[in-house]
Amino acid sequence: MAPRTTPRPSATFDDYTLSEIRRAAATGVYDIRGAGAKRKLPHFDDLLFLGASISRYPLEGYREACGTDVTLGARHALKPLRLKIPITIAGMSFGSLSANAKEALGRGATIVGTSTTTGDGGMTPEERTASEILVCQYLPSRYGMNPSDLRKADAIEIVVGQGAKPGGGGMLLGQKITGRVAAMRDLPVGVDQRSAARHPDWTGPDDLEIKILELREITDWEKPIFVKVGASRPYYDVALAVKAGADVVVVDGMQGGTAATQEVFIEHVGIPTLAAVRQAAQALDDLGMRGIVQLIISGGVRSGADVAKALALGADAVSIGTAALVALGDNDPVYSADYAALGTAPGAYDDWHEGRDPAGVTTQDPILAARLDPVAGGRRLANFLKVMTLEAQTIARACGKSHVRHLEPEDLCALTIEAAAMARVPLAGTNWIPGSGR
Amino acid sequence: MRTFDLSTTSLRDLNRALHAVEAGANDLDFEILNPRGAHAVAVGLDAPLRVVARGSVGYYCAGMNARATVIVHGSAGPGVAENIMSGEVIVKGDASQYAGATGRGGLLVIEGNASSRCGISMKGVDIVVRGRVGHMSAFMAQSGNLVICGDAGDALGDSIYEAKLFVRGAVKSLGADCIEKEMRPEHRATLAGLLARAGFDDVDPDEFRRFGSARKLYHFHIDNAETY
Repeated sequence: MAPRTTPRPSATFDDYTLSEIRRAAATGVYDIRGAGAKRKLPHFDDLLFLGASISRYPLEGYREACGTDVTLGARHALKPLRLKIPITIAGMSFGSLSANAKEALGRGATIVGTSTTTGDGGMTPEERTASEILVCQYLPSRYGMNPSDLRKADAIEIVVGQGAKPGGGGMLLGQKITGRVAAMRDLPVGVDQRSAARHPDWTGPDDLEIKILELREITDWEKPIFVKVGASRPYYDVALAVKAGADVVVVDGMQGGTAATQEVFIEHVGIPTLAAVRQAAQALDDLGMRGIVQLIISGGVRSGADVAKALALGADAVSIGTAALVALGDNDPVYSADYAALGTAPGAYDDWHEGRDPAGVTTQDPILAARLDPVAGGRRLANFLKVMTLEAQTIARACGKSHVRHLEPEDLCALTIEAAAMARVPLAGTNWIPGSGR
Repeated sequence: MRTFDLSTTSLRDLNRALHAVEAGANDLDFEILNPRGAHAVAVGLDAPLRVVARGSVGYYCAGMNARATVIVHGSAGPGVAENIMSGEVIVKGDASQYAGATGRGGLLVIEGNASSRCGISMKGVDIVVRGRVGHMSAFMAQSGNLVICGDAGDALGDSIYEAKLFVRGAVKSLGADCIEKEMRPEHRATLAGLLARAGFDDVDPDEFRRFGSARKLYHFHIDNAETY
């Protein structure tokens, strides 16, 4: 027999692509899943901090103070949010998450003095009780929307889009629609619940301005108004949100999670978080609104290094979603056998819409949900948030900063040309910022 | 009765006064003069007030109303009574887009015509329109009743869930998954009750047809893809 070459799998038709083609051909349905973009994208890991040496003077670790507090929403609101750390918990819905998970998020956030956020599906009493500072999302679907909840909230977040699906709605499949979830959403038990892609009663930035006025009037101008957009055209979207009167703008990159969306949408619509930060910050600078309107960045934030980098690039705070769920115990190897029974593995489980989450986080199954102790889960989340904060402080001190918000682009360089261009910082070892003309 | 003239008093002062009414208060009647198309008039009320606006209002009048009765002697801009929870909102003239959008309870009466998206995503509100409604009305309507004494525009009830639609005039077209349904005695009784509450005593319930969901799109299936 003549010698044969080694069989070579296709880089284009890799194992995942082949399996998806087979799955689509067998079922006739596109893949729906949770979480954010999973493929490799330019991200904060592609940046490095330039610790102080001679040209900069560092602060002493564990000795010299490095502040972490942030105030959100002082532009118009009578009662702005005063957070102890610049890390908030992103909006995630009761319905997608179990009541225990929502309570745990509130407990964890409260321990460290930060906020958590409601989601599609409305505000639960457990969530309000557990969360000292609670942001109420005002979503296109308006599921469970109740003006008394707006008054109970500490801030209102008008959700225009999510980083996982800018321009898209959502689908909570019927298997997760228990009696309580259905009642909150004014729909029958067991019916697929579509979350609209657009707000039903406003159609553009001029309408948004009037909508914000209405929300302020209803809440007597007490609550900060956040506007959240999925990152796609962040410069223009931030500028229009500011023009409409937002106190805080939240920009969610494509690594940001979702409860249940088409895989094709998650992986192919929107731009990476890293690409969004500087454009969003630039919009505030160009409008002269830096320090007046705050910028929150979210989408794949995982560590204190990510926090520090986002702040250095112009964010006032960050939000975490997926990382918070992992801190609660989602995708934990302790449930390896259960994940295997579902045809997946810890770290890869993303069929959150099916309601069979072994960790009890993204489910309405009472037996599974009981696996998550909200007190213990809250403690884990608080630990994680403290670690992130300490990490960010450590980096800030090394860069000579007495407050994490003093971090700046000049503290950074990039490992790749792509990251240098997106973040508008020099390629490491050079003075070259692609696209800057120098 | 307390009177607020919006030509001399700010919107903030008006809404602050409306929100400040405490339980058990005796003076529950308010009159608004010269609204001149102002936005967010009488929004977020949560007391059994009776508020009468003498003139036309802008966006979101009586938005998120609970328990109060708001009467507009004029026309209303977009989003009148949006997300109404309870109480009544009565527009003597016409209403613009999104009237009663996402309303979860209460009654909205429009004595003139309503524009597009009337009752969009309604979630329990009852809406009675004396005239006609525009396109995409009751889109994704989840529950409650929409009574249209005149004609309905294109795509009525598109992607409707469990809301009930009653139309006396012509329907230009029905949206996805919306079909005509049998008018049984209980539906006629519901309709008669709504017409009576709206004060439309001259309108005969027997002249209406009922529309609702075929429930074919309640669960996603690829074979229905051409329907979306």
